Amino acid sequence: MADVTLRQDAAVAARPGRRPARDISRLREQWTAIALSAPALFLMALLLIGPVAAVLVMSFTDYQLGASAIAFIGLENYRDLFSDRVFWTSLGNTLRYVAIVVPASVALGLGVALLIESGDSLKRFYRAVFFIPVMATLIAMAISWEYMLHPQFGLINLLLKKVGLAPHAWLTDPALALPTLAVIGIWQLFGFNMVLFLAGLVSIPRHLYDAAELDGVRSAWSRFWLVTWPMLGPVTMFVVIISAIRSFQVFDTVQVLTKGGPNKASEVLLYTMYSEGFEFFRSGRAAAIAVVFLAFVLTLTVIKARLIEKRVHYL
Amino acid sequence: MSIATRLPRPAAIARHLVLLVLAAVTLLPFVWMISTSLKPQAEVFLSEIRWWPEKLHVVENYTAAFAKAPLLRFLLNGAVVTAAIFVLQVAVALPAAYALAKLRFRGRQTVFALVLFCVLIPPQAIAVPLFLLFHQLGILDSYAALIVPFTISVFGIFLMRQFFLGVPDDLVDAARMDGISEVGIVWRVMLPTAIPAVTAFGIFSVVAHWNDYFWPLIVLNSEPLFTPPLGVAAFRNAEAGTDYGPLMAAATVIIAPLVVAFLFAQRRFIEGIAFTGLK
Repeated sequence: MADVTLRQDAAVAARPGRRPARDISRLREQWTAIALSAPALFLMALLLIGPVAAVLVMSFTDYQLGASAIAFIGLENYRDLFSDRVFWTSLGNTLRYVAIVVPASVALGLGVALLIESGDSLKRFYRAVFFIPVMATLIAMAISWEYMLHPQFGLINLLLKKVGLAPHAWLTDPALALPTLAVIGIWQLFGFNMVLFLAGLVSIPRHLYDAAELDGVRSAWSRFWLVTWPMLGPVTMFVVIISAIRSFQVFDTVQVLTKGGPNKASEVLLYTMYSEGFEFFRSGRAAAIAVVFLAFVLTLTVIKARLIEKRVHYL
Repeated sequence: MSIATRLPRPAAIARHLVLLVLAAVTLLPFVWMISTSLKPQAEVFLSEIRWWPEKLHVVENYTAAFAKAPLLRFLLNGAVVTAAIFVLQVAVALPAAYALAKLRFRGRQTVFALVLFCVLIPPQAIAVPLFLLFHQLGILDSYAALIVPFTISVFGIFLMRQFFLGVPDDLVDAARMDGISEVGIVWRVMLPTAIPAVTAFGIFSVVAHWNDYFWPLIVLNSEPLFTPPLGVAAFRNAEAGTDYGPLMAAATVIIAPLVVAFLFAQRRFIEGIAFTGLK
């Protein structure tokens, strides 16, 4: 920055004959802008850019919190990670979780939005009800879910028993733990998707439906496939990506309800990173997992940014 | 605005039927949580479904919740931390956003590119180096540890810049003519025009940090500093499946402030959480 102002000073000095009023005001603007953005730039460097660089560098070291020495070990952490069964289980579980939560929460969000918009009464009520899980503290709600899923006294098993179905140990059965967490994830996310779809639906021009009607499109079903669905295309892509980013970050429910268990059945990427970095303090290894996590989320986020650019032209 | 040209009666009834069932399922964890928070222990461990307790234990359970854990303290911590984060975010982001939107300076493109780059960084990915930095600084396990990482909201800068771009230059020029300083322009001219955007951002920020579990879990040890999610999780670990009444009472207390606020200002919350989070 100093370099920039020096050059500006030089530019001012180079024209001695003219009163450099404009140059002076330019220079003032330059300084004002730097002063106004300085706190933000400093904090960005300290708390975001620096740490991103640090996490990359650390992933090539054997650093452990409290250790006196630190050595560069090249790709050792990554080699270790990629030959570790737990890591692959964890990545696989994360992707499985995403693969359950994304389609279900998008479909449910769309379905509910369509139903709400297809009538006139109680719209605000329904919208509010489905949105409550989005903002209610997930940890508190996870604890409520845990009690509902209690093998003996839980509401879910009691309801199943009532209709003559077998009860399950939802959170302790290795086959069920991850899908159960995914159901909680869907429950929490679909209201968010609903709101995005509602906004998308409202922006579909009314005359398209009139035109379809004139062309003899009568049933709601064909109206949906001919008008609504194509018009919602970009919104849907967007919602899919957002849901993927959100569900890739699953952590709270895992940490409180299963701790990655039973037997790693619900181990997910952020939870693995958390236990390596903050329970075992193997910082280098945790950094390598963070880099893998970052790679996935960045890819999704870049796709999202592309979609936003496109959507600007579309809508 | 509805898609359909007035639904025929059976369809309208079917619509309500499906939506009501889904609404009931969605609310189930809340209903069961509140219902359990009213029950005496004897009615918690039943092998039949009882929606409403025979004997109400409201006072007992809620007093027990406040007695067994410093719930008020947790709520206060949550309020202090989220308020501090929001105020600092605005204090840092607004001047930068103004500079990016309204001032011409060398390096503006670079600064904006940095902002866009930083928007991409998920906070969990940089938790390890931040933790080590705070360890070095000796500020782990403090309010500062909870607040400092979030003082910079690049997303806030981006959002406010977009908003300021739409504010006419004439307004800024007129303020300069009146002899208002640049800092004065940020706070006395730009901020008042940006109240709707700042409100939406505020709701987004407060909800996100009130509910955040990951970062407080990493940096805190001392119970007196616990934020609401950490507090309720600690309560549950201490009670481990023994006393669900007070536990559910505690959970109800923790979610109440945001849920009640939401019910009073639905539109603003939806704008804040859903739309602010995207653009």
